[in-house]
Amino acid sequence: MNKPSQPVLYLDDVTVSFDGFKALNGLSFVVEPGELRTIIGPNGAGKTTMMDVITGKTRPDKGTAFFKGVHDLTKLDEETIANLGIGRKFQRPTVFDNHTVSENLELALKADRRAFRTLFARIGAAQNERIEAVMEQIGLAERARDLAGSLSHGQRQWLEIGMLLMQDPELLLVDEPVAGMTDHETEQTAALLKQIAGARSVVVVEHDMEFVRALATKVTVLHEGSVLSEGTVDHVQNDPKVIEVYLGR
Amino acid sequence: MSARLNQSLGRALVSGARPYILAVIVILALLPLLNLAVPPSSPFYLPDFAIKLIGKWLCFAILALAIDLVWGYVGILSLGHGAFFALGGYAMGMYLMRAIGDRGHYKNPLLPDFMVFLNWKELPWYWHGFDNFLFALLMVLLIPGLLAFVFGWLAFRSRITGVYLSIITQAMTFALMLAFFRNDMGFGGNNGLTDFKDILGFNLHTDGTRAGLYWASLAMLIATFLLCRWVVGSKLGRVLTAVRDAESRVRFLGYSVTNYKLFAFVLSAMIAGVAGALYVPQVGIINPSEFSPAASIEAVIWVAVGGRGSLVGAILGAFAVNGAKSWLTSYAPELWLFILGGIFVAVTLFLPRGIVGLFGQKSDGPRISKPSLANLSKMLGTVPPAPKEQRP
Repeated sequence: MNKPSQPVLYLDDVTVSFDGFKALNGLSFVVEPGELRTIIGPNGAGKTTMMDVITGKTRPDKGTAFFKGVHDLTKLDEETIANLGIGRKFQRPTVFDNHTVSENLELALKADRRAFRTLFARIGAAQNERIEAVMEQIGLAERARDLAGSLSHGQRQWLEIGMLLMQDPELLLVDEPVAGMTDHETEQTAALLKQIAGARSVVVVEHDMEFVRALATKVTVLHEGSVLSEGTVDHVQNDPKVIEVYLGR
Repeated sequence: MSARLNQSLGRALVSGARPYILAVIVILALLPLLNLAVPPSSPFYLPDFAIKLIGKWLCFAILALAIDLVWGYVGILSLGHGAFFALGGYAMGMYLMRAIGDRGHYKNPLLPDFMVFLNWKELPWYWHGFDNFLFALLMVLLIPGLLAFVFGWLAFRSRITGVYLSIITQAMTFALMLAFFRNDMGFGGNNGLTDFKDILGFNLHTDGTRAGLYWASLAMLIATFLLCRWVVGSKLGRVLTAVRDAESRVRFLGYSVTNYKLFAFVLSAMIAGVAGALYVPQVGIINPSEFSPAASIEAVIWVAVGGRGSLVGAILGAFAVNGAKSWLTSYAPELWLFILGGIFVAVTLFLPRGIVGLFGQKSDGPRISKPSLANLSKMLGTVPPAPKEQRP
């Protein structure tokens, strides 16, 4: 079933409505293995709802969402989907403030998630190495023993990305990773995400056009719950439909 | 950097406190000797009632640990833990009733007095087995654990949190109180279970048995403390505090929040049951008033006063509030409830980390710095744990 050519994510005709308002309206799109994809769109385009559907937080009224061609995400709950290999970074950074940086990563570490196994769990040398490596990658090795609550906004974003890496997911969903970041931090984040993609697929939702340009990937533009345009940054920026609804405003 | 500094400072204070904790344990362990080995004429003599009183406090401290485990570490504010305490107490009470045998008022070898009084002809099925001490001990763990499992499974699976959960725990204990008040239930109704004679063949009314129960309570308190410390120090403990601080994040990491909450809730209920089982032989009675919603709320206040999210704090709070209660109720009994309420408000506003917060002990509780009314809702767990995703 799981051939390498199988897309990692396949959304088909997904519709979600809240009190009659269609947050997603027949949305269809495909993410290939190892792909880095950027999704843009004005407020209310359905970006966050799309992530909710993929991670099991929201059930669509209509349509299907397949992960690696075999798992129907519309029928599974959050925990199961997370354990299948889909990691999600929230719009606002959500880390465990009362835990240290390394404890945050330890909790995200791919391991047996059952309560009794966790009660007796010990961190092995290999796992420690993995934690150290990710701390290096996200630039927080110096802060290993500090509480996450003491980190700056940008560092918290990176810690959350680091937690996603610890889960070792095949698909990462990253919601507005550079909101509130300085220019320097934004550049570092773009480099980090590009480094991550390849071994895994990454879907980034972002408003910041500078950042989207820095990622230099295929861009999908959402509008009113469906795909408006798809292509390179230059292509979508010159698409008259896009200019009209989004960039032109 | 400052967080790191605070933490190491906190750790130093904790390890600095260790000799004091050991000294307190030794003093507590030696207290009954002042009752047993010192003649009543001596100024050092400790009267019987004092041993009974401190023995009671030891049981309350175990209950406080149980509440702290779910409230301080998982953020589940249970206002119904008195129910688990009372169920453990009733299980022990049933053993003690059966142990009376034919020495009751009506000399019935099988039926407890209240059943003879109600003209019951045979022992209800659920009273069988309680003549066996080990069976009773098993029930002390199993019945509160089972109730917590069923209640918790329904509540946590439906993602009921915050004040809503607190309210239904109150309803649970209130419903049980009403049920146990009924004579038809077969638990002695209004009067509950009392007139106990002996436990494992030891007369309950001798100084030796009293001291024995006291020591058993102290040993159980220490064992419970070590058990809780091990649990909260494990990786599971870190998942539990993570659930408290950002529940949906934990879910998206792939943990079953329901199962983790259930684990903590059931363990906590069993600990509360053990506390009740040790309490009943010492006070000599168990009746439905132990199920009263107010009793559960009072126990939560002990934890708030001592320091939510700190195991030492929970124990300290139980001793401090009950000590104050014993002292004050002998002077101004009618004022006690006002004072208790006042203490709760004052602690919430000015001392959100409780007594242990005063000593700068590292508490795992939520860090709340400014005194404000917002603390109240934080302590009650009404603040949404994770930022809500914006709807487009």
